[in-house]
Amino acid sequence: MCLSIPSRIVALHPDEQAVTVETLGVKRKVSSHLMNEPLALDDYVLIHIGFVMNKIDKADAEQSLALYQEIVEKMNEQEAQS
Amino acid sequence: MADNEKTVQLSHGGGGKEMNRLIKSIFFKAFNNPILASEEDAALLHFEGQAAFTTDSFTVSPLFFAGGNIGKLAIAGTVNDLAMMGAEPQYLSCSFIIEEGFAIKDLKTIVDSMAEELHKSGTRIVCGDTKVVPKGCADGLFINTSGVGRVLKPQISVKNLRPGDAILVSGDIGRHGAAILMAREGLTLESELVSDCANLWPVVEQLIACNIEVHAMRDATRGGLAAVLNEWAGASNVGINVEESKIPVCDEVKGLCELYGFEPHDLANEGTFILAVPGEIAEGALEIIQRYGHCQQAAIIGHVEETHPGKVVLKTPWGSSRYLDLPQGELLPRIC
Amino acid sequence: MIALKQLYQGFRDPETIHNLAKEIALHAAKHDGNIYIMEVCGGHTHTIMKYGLNQLLPDNIEFVHGPGCPVCVMPKERIDHAAILASQPDVILVTLGDMIRVPGSNGSLAEFRAKGCDIRPLYDPLDALTIAKENPGKQVIFFAIGFETSTPMTAVLIEQAEKQGIDNLLFHINHVLVPPAIDAVMADPLAKVNAFIGPAHVSVISGAKLYRPAVTQYGTPVVVSGFEPVDVMESILRIVKQKVDGVAELDVQYSRAVSEEGNVHAQQKVDQYLTIRPHFRWRGLGPLGESALMLKPEFAHRDAEMIYREKLNVPDIDDHKACQCGDILRGIAKPKDCKVFGRGCTPETPLGSCMVSSEGACNAYYRYNGV
Repeated sequence: MCLSIPSRIVALHPDEQAVTVETLGVKRKVSSHLMNEPLALDDYVLIHIGFVMNKIDKADAEQSLALYQEIVEKMNEQEAQS
Repeated sequence: MADNEKTVQLSHGGGGKEMNRLIKSIFFKAFNNPILASEEDAALLHFEGQAAFTTDSFTVSPLFFAGGNIGKLAIAGTVNDLAMMGAEPQYLSCSFIIEEGFAIKDLKTIVDSMAEELHKSGTRIVCGDTKVVPKGCADGLFINTSGVGRVLKPQISVKNLRPGDAILVSGDIGRHGAAILMAREGLTLESELVSDCANLWPVVEQLIACNIEVHAMRDATRGGLAAVLNEWAGASNVGINVEESKIPVCDEVKGLCELYGFEPHDLANEGTFILAVPGEIAEGALEIIQRYGHCQQAAIIGHVEETHPGKVVLKTPWGSSRYLDLPQGELLPRIC
Repeated sequence: MIALKQLYQGFRDPETIHNLAKEIALHAAKHDGNIYIMEVCGGHTHTIMKYGLNQLLPDNIEFVHGPGCPVCVMPKERIDHAAILASQPDVILVTLGDMIRVPGSNGSLAEFRAKGCDIRPLYDPLDALTIAKENPGKQVIFFAIGFETSTPMTAVLIEQAEKQGIDNLLFHINHVLVPPAIDAVMADPLAKVNAFIGPAHVSVISGAKLYRPAVTQYGTPVVVSGFEPVDVMESILRIVKQKVDGVAELDVQYSRAVSEEGNVHAQQKVDQYLTIRPHFRWRGLGPLGESALMLKPEFAHRDAEMIYREKLNVPDIDDHKACQCGDILRGIAKPKDCKVFGRGCTPETPLGSCMVSSEGACNAYYRYNGV
């Protein structure tokens, strides 16, 4: 039931408490009733059964990916040495 | 048809004047050929050698979807079934079951798509039937088509896979199933995705003309790629290994699968086929298939082995493997 | 700005997964004894099986697939409730996806639908509002299921029904809670679990703080993990490091989406409409106190359990005697240890909770394992 793919906000519908999100070329309208903080275009959000659950912290995601890249490079170096 | 007739009435199936008018002005006009026009109780046909014979009923909902409609599907589906047996599609029958109140305009659109699709494969509708049922007894329109064709390439069979064969897919998978899902009521989705619904005879004809030794060939309709490969592994008692990263899938299909927890290899196709050919000629076969516009994504996705007979193993890019099982449960409403 | 594609491709990168697997092996070699990691949530079970992550781990790390699939833990008598409600005149029963396929004692909801009951699967709970508006002469009953993740959506649906004065929308609430399920697993002295992967989306809503009591009480590491395979592998690495260092802490790997407090606004919506249910019977785990939610008394006019209570007099129904789901959920047994696994009990004819949904442990083993 839990699907993890993040979506990007491509349109805001404040009157209906809804936003349109896009994932891999598929767009759909979802509810923003559960969000107290303001949503903006290009925010990345997680969706669960038709509702925005939260915003994804882009900087945090970038940090994680950079860390993984470091691990990959470290491993490659170690393997080159051994 | 008289201009004041906007919908199909029960009288259009009554065998009288109205029915005659419907058949002549819509069906005969679109499917026109001497055998059909002879209006005998049965069509008279001539055959030489082995013939292939197939039938299929089409109940798709919605009737119109991105990339096609039930009419296009009804012709392409039956033509493809013949093509998959190495048979040149020649003659089709066609039965309509129409719900009272169905819009004549929609019926015309559907019949026109059928005519266009017939033209692509050089096939003719030589006999048919029309029934009109009371409101609520059918969902708009159901179509049955049967087809016969001359076998040009014998011995293509689900039992014919051999160790060392390569498995090819003719295009990116899952588009028909995904397009139908997107058009479905209750899922308010928007995308550029269109069904892969297409006539496969031209590409198959070319494979036969180039003398490609095809061991097995099947269009991956309901149950998708997963169903075809499992049927083959079982029928030929061989193991099939597939590399997940080699299977072509377009972004929109991936997106839909991510959003609803489907797998592309479980989704239906209506213009994508799988074939098994000896490994050494796989590249050549691929090159022929890729010449066709709708087959540019064609790829070699796996091979046949003696180990794990009856099973399909999916190798993931992460270095692990798992069985590719038959799809289970209620995935979609009527898709074809 | 980071591209949307990077947000999942980066967290599925094969090379990263390989390297994390190597790191895990290096650290796990320093640990005496086995590490039994329970992934509580069915979403993680799905990731582990789909990506074959268990095949990439050293022998001293084992997964115990937990009770975190809301469809799996639904006892048969509650499914019977849904079937009885759907069989009442002028009732439309709506529920989420997988629930339709799970057999109760008289068949699944799909079978009841085939018999003519109006049962509709929803992708989006708010569609229940539309159905209720379009069918003013009928009672539309939302058979609500799910853990903390899906509860706020039910709350919004109740809120909208109240605001818009849609009187023909009723609720049968089956929302369950993660912490009591963890407690039930750990209460068994035979339970082997000594570390947890914390659910992703439950934590998005409830916040990482949800697991603090478990960390303190059981002295087990809890790492809240995202659903992508790199997320799960990194979480395992963090667990192994804690085990080697001999510490037990709450750690959030899924920090791009999970905060300590969670989505407070969503939690408030839940508190407004729902309250703790004194008892709920879990399939596989049995009766657990304060482990589920129900409508607050002031919304009794929307409570299908109250309104139809005379019809819903169904005794408790246990699973087949041979079924070992309870032991499997506690990590005492593996699916293959169960006598009926793959024989009497298959995804088409499930006998126990772990086989009923694609997120259940036995179901996942049946489909994916054994290559």
